[in-house]
Amino acid sequence: MHHSPEKQRASHINETVLFDARIMTIHVRYFASLREQFGCAEEQLSVDGIETVADVWSRVTEGQSVSAGSVLYAVNMAYAEADTSVDDGDEVAFFPPVTGGAN
Amino acid sequence: MISLRQGPFDPWKEIEAYQDIAFGHKGTFGATASFVGTMRNFNEGDRVCRMNLEHYPGMTEKHLEQIVAEARRRWDMLDALVIHRVGTIAPDEPIVLVAVWSVHRGAAFDACRYVMEELKSRAPFWKKELLAGGGDRWVEANTNGYQQF
Repeated sequence: MHHSPEKQRASHINETVLFDARIMTIHVRYFASLREQFGCAEEQLSVDGIETVADVWSRVTEGQSVSAGSVLYAVNMAYAEADTSVDDGDEVAFFPPVTGGAN
Repeated sequence: MISLRQGPFDPWKEIEAYQDIAFGHKGTFGATASFVGTMRNFNEGDRVCRMNLEHYPGMTEKHLEQIVAEARRRWDMLDALVIHRVGTIAPDEPIVLVAVWSVHRGAAFDACRYVMEELKSRAPFWKKELLAGGGDRWVEANTNGYQQF
């Protein structure tokens, strides 16, 4: 059976996309003073070359004047470190030191 | 039980209601220790008229559950009730209640203190104060509850 040229091209494109499928979707959230500095509470990132929380941080702060001093991280709602690995579909949050409860 | 509240609550009525209705330890506890944190109308020399308490829905509850679970591992406690306000709070309103029930007082005192100190140092809450003189500011620092004065 003879494949149409369109079908062959479509299949080729699919293979290329699969081969380069390092693109991950990361749900990023910001809280408190960081939310104000970023000017948004959350954003969806579709990015490649991301392995750790630190990679996400450098990606979202590109071209932004956000102070990196004492930022805390969470991955999927659990405290994380800068070198914690990040996977496709993860929720990564950045926020300042917490000030809960009553002084 | 962990509960986050958008509106004011009466900590004493909450303790009574929890002990009377939701609680399966009647007759077995000999000690109840409680801590109530209330909003002040001043901070760092300024009059404060409102406070906005931001949290991380999902993570905040999860973190509070973990703190109580750790307290259960460390002390022989029967039950705990943690209620925390979120959103806009006015001076004189309770912000947080921690109550712990145990057979003897030692566990109740220590677990209550532990839950409160952990909550303050690690639970995702952020305070923003609205000053009576105008303007607002994020509260950056935290007091150490174990500090000796």
